[in-house]
Amino acid sequence: MAEIRLRSLAHTYEKDPQSPEDYAIREMEHVWHQGGAYALLGPSGCGKSTMLNIISGLLEPSHGEVIFDTRIVNELSPQERNIAQVFQFPVIYDTMTVFDNLAFPLRNIKTPEHLVKPRVHEVADILELTPLLKRKAKNLSADEKQKVSMGRGLVRDDVSAILFDEPLTVIDPQLKWKLRRKLKQIHEQFNITMIYVTHDQLEASTFAEKIAVMYEGQIVQFGTPRELFEKPAHTFVGFFIGSPGMNFLDIEVTDQGLRYGDITIPVSEKRLAAARASSSDNIRLGIRPEFIHVWDDRNSEAFEVRVKDMEDLGTYRIMTFWFGDALMKARLHEDQRIPQKKAYISFPEQWLNVYIDEFRVEVDDE
Amino acid sequence: MSQSTITNTQARSEAPEVTSSSGLTRAVSRQKGESVGRNRFLLSIYLLFTLLPIYWLINMSLKSNREILSVFSLWPQALTFDSYIKILTDPSWYMGYVNSLTYVAMNMTISILVALPAAYAFSRFKFIGDKHLFFWLLTNLMAPPAVFLLPYFQLYYTVGLFDTHIAVALAHCLFNIPLAVWILEGFMSSVPKEVDETAYIDGYSFPAFFIKIFIPMIRSGIGVTLFFLFMFSWVELLLARTLTATNAQPIGAIMTRTSTASGVDWSTLAAAGVLTIVPGILVVYFVRNHIAKGFALGRT
Amino acid sequence: MNKVENNKAWFLVLPMLVLVAFSAIIPLMTVVNYSVQDILGRSAFFVGSEWFVQTLNDSRLQSALMRQFAFSFTILAIQVPLGIAIALLMPKKGWQASAVLILITLPLLVPWNVVGSMWQIFTRGDIGLMGYGIRQLGYPYNITRNATDAWVTIIIMDVWHWTPLIALLCYSGLRAIPEAYYQAARIDRASKWAVFRYIQLPKLTNVLVIGVLLRFMHSFMIYAEPFVLTGGGPGSSTTFLSQTLATMAIGQQDLGPSAAFSIIYFLIILAVSYVFYVTIMNMQKDKAENNAGGA
Repeated sequence: MAEIRLRSLAHTYEKDPQSPEDYAIREMEHVWHQGGAYALLGPSGCGKSTMLNIISGLLEPSHGEVIFDTRIVNELSPQERNIAQVFQFPVIYDTMTVFDNLAFPLRNIKTPEHLVKPRVHEVADILELTPLLKRKAKNLSADEKQKVSMGRGLVRDDVSAILFDEPLTVIDPQLKWKLRRKLKQIHEQFNITMIYVTHDQLEASTFAEKIAVMYEGQIVQFGTPRELFEKPAHTFVGFFIGSPGMNFLDIEVTDQGLRYGDITIPVSEKRLAAARASSSDNIRLGIRPEFIHVWDDRNSEAFEVRVKDMEDLGTYRIMTFWFGDALMKARLHEDQRIPQKKAYISFPEQWLNVYIDEFRVEVDDE
Repeated sequence: MSQSTITNTQARSEAPEVTSSSGLTRAVSRQKGESVGRNRFLLSIYLLFTLLPIYWLINMSLKSNREILSVFSLWPQALTFDSYIKILTDPSWYMGYVNSLTYVAMNMTISILVALPAAYAFSRFKFIGDKHLFFWLLTNLMAPPAVFLLPYFQLYYTVGLFDTHIAVALAHCLFNIPLAVWILEGFMSSVPKEVDETAYIDGYSFPAFFIKIFIPMIRSGIGVTLFFLFMFSWVELLLARTLTATNAQPIGAIMTRTSTASGVDWSTLAAAGVLTIVPGILVVYFVRNHIAKGFALGRT
Repeated sequence: MNKVENNKAWFLVLPMLVLVAFSAIIPLMTVVNYSVQDILGRSAFFVGSEWFVQTLNDSRLQSALMRQFAFSFTILAIQVPLGIAIALLMPKKGWQASAVLILITLPLLVPWNVVGSMWQIFTRGDIGLMGYGIRQLGYPYNITRNATDAWVTIIIMDVWHWTPLIALLCYSGLRAIPEAYYQAARIDRASKWAVFRYIQLPKLTNVLVIGVLLRFMHSFMIYAEPFVLTGGGPGSSTTFLSQTLATMAIGQQDLGPSAAFSIIYFLIILAVSYVFYVTIMNMQKDKAENNAGGA
């Protein structure tokens, strides 16, 4: 079994990289623990597929090391690593039956035939492929094909990790949900490390215990879905996770506190001290629309803001408003009174996040 | 700094599975290195096989006949361009190339012009007898030119087209039009039908749509088709020779003049041969990027 | 793709039809006409199947036909595996790919009689690299005297000339395989042979059928190359069908028998090609059904 560690890993496709932009993956450290269900989340082009291919061995990293437990496996080909990978588009061997497809990885390592059969049947049972075993694989539907692809990964008992590269892209929406649940089930049953690449936050948070968010070739946060939501470690995580994303204000540190234009925003001493300690002028304040307090009436804590528009989304409403000259969004409950033209809002201190150079300031009172 | 670099390199070159100070082992692949080198070697042998006869032809064309017959040498000992000069300055020689290129060009034009609408019909419509017609077309691809030798001779003689370029161009239509229809149909079928429908909704007439929208979309298919048309018309000799006498005689027929009672004029024959390869090289150079796709006849 | 039923499509096919008919049907009718008549000077007699019977019993035709089949199957047996192998060896991208592609294509663009001349020069014992070379090694190589030498040489020449066609067809078929298939195979620990057997070869069947069909047809019509290289000899050991026919039709002006010969010749090609055609169509129908089933 394996713990997968990436040590000072970086990768570039350029022969002669000049700037950080030439790197598909910028130098990073990361550990995937044995038996975890992980998601690797990020927009397209952030380097998540590159990382997956480096772990599986389809790519050799240009810098740093990939370590399985205590072995540096950089030079090992995918064949020599105990890893399976499922691709975006189902790969099946057209001319073979479903049974032969599932048996293929076993037969490739010369498994005796009397061991192949029970193993294939076991995996077929789990994936609900048993009735199809005798069919030619090329006649299957897209989701059945993708299940066969997954089955080829599961059938090998030496596999310590399965990597999924956006495996549900070609699957119908209602089947996506079923397959995802199947995956979770398999994960619980087999105690296999699973790394699931996706650009869909819902897919990531329903599948994974911990999500790694990737942005511009770096993992900017690695945490539970709840951590990503409540304490985004990077402005990108705030923006990318949640719908709508986090509100950000460019602020100045003054003697009175944090100021946005001529408005002073009250924050705790600790946050203020951290902001003051920094010499950077890229300081931002972030708060999620869900955590902005919207008051029914004017009061001393609240700021008066102009409402721009109101969007009814069924069980909740999204209010867009002007805070100074920044547009912000706040989420209102169904039964909450709907402000007209003017609204009274405040930012609860515990949900305010200070970002210096895009990274969150960790304050230990939380 | 330099110290650590050295240790690092040493670590990298260590033997398999040796534990380093950090408690890590570096796994070494048991697999042999990629067989790229072996592949290159085998491919080179094949390329050598392909190029040697051509090289030998060039070698011969740059020697004088006396040298060819007196000493065996791998390259010309006394380099001479006499044969090339002779061919390129004597109209009875170079007109052979002009004739060949003329009927090839005519054939390419005719074939592509009639094949385009026909291929479109086959790729888009069902009509009475379409399948039989298509099969009949393909049978013409299978017809041995030798079978048509005599009837062609008589036919073109009767209609007064004997020894004209157009006669050869028309005769080559026998196999080139079916070939063009076949290749183009493959390319056209890969263009979604929605393209046509959108154009008609936008108010295009059929000819306007076909010329302004459809043809540009299958540009590379047309390029590849022209390549094939050129190739098969350029290399064919049996029909071309039979249907011409003097005015439209192809270079292939003129080359037989090098063989006389007093022996073969090897040098001139070789030079004429080398010159027949040149147009082919030019054409293949122009379509090199489409050729891989084209050989799958648009059906990949 | 669902095609629209539209008989006006005939107008689009018409120009093509007229031209091909002019080149194919009228001459073919002439041939049929000759094949059942005896033409002496200006007068013609209907002789029915006489020429057919005579031709079918003609030993020249029979032996040429046997040679033809032997030749066609030999070159297919060499060219198909060799072409696949070369396609697998060819570089996949970069300038090397373009360069190899152009070099490989070269033999296809040489006029067929020049192919003959080129190999005549190449294989002559006195001036040819190959002929001279083999003789230096101690074997009395001579294609004008020794029938085996002539045969082997013609086979090598045809391999040189036409293997590129199979190679290019396969090359284009291989380029159409998505990279993910190879990646999945590596993950599944497939051997090189398994990759070839279960990924590459299945994807090549379509282009291979086209390749084999084209090669079979062309090899059955081969004329100029052996005519120039060996003149059909020694004896008639390398005289194939086309040359036998051309000799009859032009050389001896045996109109009736040569016309009957033409028709038999054509029918053989047609019959074999029809088998291929039906195979292709069935394969495509299979594919269409599978696609429909998979959607």
